[in-house]
Amino acid sequence: MRDNEMTTPEIRIAEAGTTGIRPLLEIRDLAITFKTSGGEVQAVRDAHLTIMPGETVAIVGESGSGKSTTALAAIGLLPSNGRVSGGQILLDGEDIAHAPEKRMIELRGNTIGMVPQDPMSNLNPVWKIGYQVRETLRANGQPNGPDDVAKVLSQAGLPDAHRRAGQYPHEFSGGMRQRALIAIGLSCQPRLLIADEPTSALDVTVQRQILDHLDTMTTELGTSVLLITHDLGLAAERADKVVVMYQGRVVEAGPSLELLRNPRHPYTKRLVESAPSLASRRIQAAKEQGVETADLLAPAAEPAAADNVLQIQDLRKVYKLRQGLGKSSDFAAVDGVSFDVKRGTTTAIVGESGSGKSTVAKMVLQLEKPTDGRILFDGVDTSVLKPADLFKFRRRVQPIFQDPYGSLDPMYNIYRTIEEPLRVHKIGDKASREKKVRELLDQVALPQSAMQRYPNELSGGQRQRVAIARALALDPEVIICDEAVSALDVLVQAQVLNLLADLQANLGLTYLFITHDLAVVRQIADHVCVMEKGRLVETGSTDDVFESPRQDYTKALLNAIPGAKLMLPPEVA
Amino acid sequence: MTSNNSHYVAPIEETPLLATDAVKTDQAPLSLWADAWRKLRRRPLFIISALLILALTVVALFPGLFTSVAPNEGCELANSEGGPTAGHPFGFTFQGCDIYSRVIHGTQASMSVGILSVLCVLVIGVTLGALAGYYGGWIDAVLARLGDIFFALPLILGALVITQLPLFRENKSVWTVVFVISLLAWPQMARITRGAVIEVRNSDFVTAARSLGVSKFGALVRHVLPNALAPIIVLATLELGVFIVAEATLSFLGIGLPQSIMSWGNDIAGAQASIRTRPEIMLFPAAALSITVLSFIMLGDAVRDALDPKSRQR
Repeated sequence: MRDNEMTTPEIRIAEAGTTGIRPLLEIRDLAITFKTSGGEVQAVRDAHLTIMPGETVAIVGESGSGKSTTALAAIGLLPSNGRVSGGQILLDGEDIAHAPEKRMIELRGNTIGMVPQDPMSNLNPVWKIGYQVRETLRANGQPNGPDDVAKVLSQAGLPDAHRRAGQYPHEFSGGMRQRALIAIGLSCQPRLLIADEPTSALDVTVQRQILDHLDTMTTELGTSVLLITHDLGLAAERADKVVVMYQGRVVEAGPSLELLRNPRHPYTKRLVESAPSLASRRIQAAKEQGVETADLLAPAAEPAAADNVLQIQDLRKVYKLRQGLGKSSDFAAVDGVSFDVKRGTTTAIVGESGSGKSTVAKMVLQLEKPTDGRILFDGVDTSVLKPADLFKFRRRVQPIFQDPYGSLDPMYNIYRTIEEPLRVHKIGDKASREKKVRELLDQVALPQSAMQRYPNELSGGQRQRVAIARALALDPEVIICDEAVSALDVLVQAQVLNLLADLQANLGLTYLFITHDLAVVRQIADHVCVMEKGRLVETGSTDDVFESPRQDYTKALLNAIPGAKLMLPPEVA
Repeated sequence: MTSNNSHYVAPIEETPLLATDAVKTDQAPLSLWADAWRKLRRRPLFIISALLILALTVVALFPGLFTSVAPNEGCELANSEGGPTAGHPFGFTFQGCDIYSRVIHGTQASMSVGILSVLCVLVIGVTLGALAGYYGGWIDAVLARLGDIFFALPLILGALVITQLPLFRENKSVWTVVFVISLLAWPQMARITRGAVIEVRNSDFVTAARSLGVSKFGALVRHVLPNALAPIIVLATLELGVFIVAEATLSFLGIGLPQSIMSWGNDIAGAQASIRTRPEIMLFPAAALSITVLSFIMLGDAVRDALDPKSRQR
C-alpha cells in the first residue's frame, strides 16, 4: 500500500513537468464499495489513471475486474448500491467523486459523454432516432432543430441523415445503432468520451469501421477518450496508454506498445500471452506432443486423403420469410456449401452474424433438415438415417454450444448433466457411469468435488468444461463447437482452447469449429472455410488463408482483427 | 500527445495472481429449490402464512380436536341469535347453531374445494399449456382458441349456467363445485405454462439434450417442464386462495355446496337473515375466509420472490 501511494504522485509530477498541461481526468486512489446481501464488497481499490486532453486511454481487464465500475464512477452513474468510498476523481482539477447530482447533470453530455456497451438495448425502441438525439441536445442547451440533429448523425457516419432521423431503432442494423449512440455521445462535443466496450457486440468488420470513425471524430474534436475493453489487442491498437485492471486494482499502466512489448506484472504477461489477437501461431506445444502420441496409438491420425469423416456436398437451407397474409419469400441462409472434414483435424467455419455458419452446424448435427444437398458422415448420407441409426449417429457427433450459461440445465447438478448422455444411451450400470463421470471431470480438469454443484455455482469457463465433458461422455468422433469460446474471458478462453487441443491429441477427435473470431481460428484450426451471406467464399489450410488470402472479404476480415498490425517482438507473439 | 512515458507496475506482493477459474469448494451445493427454500425460510411473510396454513390444515383434517359439537347438530331454535355463552364463544346463528363449531367445520369444505380445484387446474392447464407451447403449430392454435372460449366466460355466469344442468342440480357436492371451478379456470394456468414453456423451449440445454439423443417428448418432460415450474407453482398458490373465495361465492349464491355441507359461503349466506340485528354473526365465517385466502396469497407472494430468477445470479 505504501509503495503504491509513493509511485503514483511521482508519475503525476513527471507528467506535469514535461507538458505543463493539466490532465483532463485524473483518478487518484479511487475505492468503490458495493452494498450486497453478503455485506460490503470493495469492487475497486487504489485505482488511478490520468487522461491528458486529446488522449485516448484504455482500461483492459476481464469481467469483474472493476473496469466498467471505475468508468461509471467518473460519470457519476454508479448503481444505487455502490458508492465512492475513497480517493478522488479530478475532472480538470475539480473533484467530482462526491459532487452533487445537480453538478453531475451539468457535466454529463457536454463535458463527459458516454457510449454504452450494447447497441441493441441502449436505444429506446419507442422513440425515433432523431428524437433521441434531440433530447440530448436539448438537455444540454444546444440548438436542436432538425438540421442540427441531421448534422450530428451525419458526422457519426450515418448516410442520408435526414431520413434516418425519422426512423425507429429496430429499422437500424447493429452497426448503425452504435453509430447513432456515438452520435448521441458526441453530440454536445464533450471533452471526455467514455466508451464502454463500444463494439464488443458487433461483427469485426463493423467494429473496425466504427472504431476508425470514432478515432477520426475524436481527433477532429480534440476529445479525450476513456475506452473500456476486454481485448488487449484492440486497446493497444486504439489507445495511447493502457491501464490493466485485475481484481479491482490497477496492476500495470503505461504507453500501449511499451506495455505490450515489455509487460512486467505477471497478470499482464499472462494476458499478453493468451490474447488471441496477438498470438500469431496455433497452440503448438500440446499439438506437436499430441501428433506424436496419436501416431503411436493410431496410424489413422495421419489422415489419408480419403479419410473424410464429414463430407458436405452442395448444402442449401432455404427459410420461408412470412410477408403478410399468405405471401412469403425465400431466404437462402445457406447456399451451395461444400467442404470436407478430415478425421482428427480441426476445420473452422468463419463468418459474421448472418453468414449461415450456425445453420450449417445445426444441419450437420441433424437438428435442421437441409433443403438440398447432402451431408455424408463416414460415407453414409445422413438424410436417409432411420430413427435408430440417427440415435447411433448422435453418439458419434456431439455439440458444444456458445453460451455456457444456457447450455446446461439449471435444474441438473453437474453429475446428472454429464451422466445424462450415458443414461439416455443406456451405457453401463450406475456404478460404472459414476466412474465414467469422474474420469470425464478429470479429463476436463475439474475437481471431482464439483459433481454435486449446480451450474449457477460455476463460472463461465467451468460451465464450458462441463459442457465439454458431457459432449465427451459418449466417446464421440466429431465435436461441433458452435462459438464455444466466444463468451469467455481471454485467459479462460486460452485455457479452454488448450484443453480442446489436448483432448484432440489424446482422443483423436475431429472438430468442426464455428466462430466469428479469426484470431481463435488461427490458434486452433487446420482448415478454414470462410462464409459470407450463406456462401462459402474461401477455403484452405489455415496458414494459406492467413498468409495469402485470395478473396477481398477474407482480407477485410483479417485486417479487422484488432491488434493484427501491431508489430511485436517474436518472443511475445 | 503521449506525454506519459512512465510505466507503472503495481507491487506484485499486493496483487497476487489467483488461479484462473478455480472452483468454489467452500459452500454446500445449492439446487434451485434448496436456494429458494433458504431464501423462503428467512422471510417473515412466508413464516406467518405457512404457520396459518398449517393451523388451517390441522383444523380441516381434525375438526374434532377443536369442537365437540358434530356437524349440523346441536342447533336449537331457542338459542337463535344468542350471544356468546360458556362453551359457545361466538354465540349462535339465526337457526340457533353454534357459530364457533360451524366455522371450525366449514374449514374442511373450503380447503378441500380449494386444493382439489388447484390440482385439477394444474393437471389440465399444465398438460394443455405445455403441449401448446412446446409443439406450437396447429396444436397451439386449437388449444389457444379453446382456452379463449373458456376465458371469455365469467366465473359466476358460467357457474350459474352449468349448475342449472339437471345432472348438477340433482347432485350438488364438493366435486361439482370443483368441476365447475376447474372447467372455468384452467385457461389461465394453461397460458402461464405455455409462456414459460416457450421461454425454455429454445434454450441451448434443450438443443443439447436433443442432440444427445433425448426424444422430443423426453426433453419436454425432463428439461423443459422442470425449468418452467416456478411460475406455475406461484400461480397455483395464488389460485388456491382465489378458488376458496370462488367456492364461498357460489355457495353464497346457493349454486355451490349444498346446505348439508358446512361451508363458510353457506354460513355467510345464512347470516344475511340477521345482518341488521346481529351483524357479527356474519363476521366470524367472513373473517375465517379472509384469513385463509390472505395466507395463501401471502404464501404465493413469498414463493414468487424466492423463485425470482433475477435474484438468483451470483
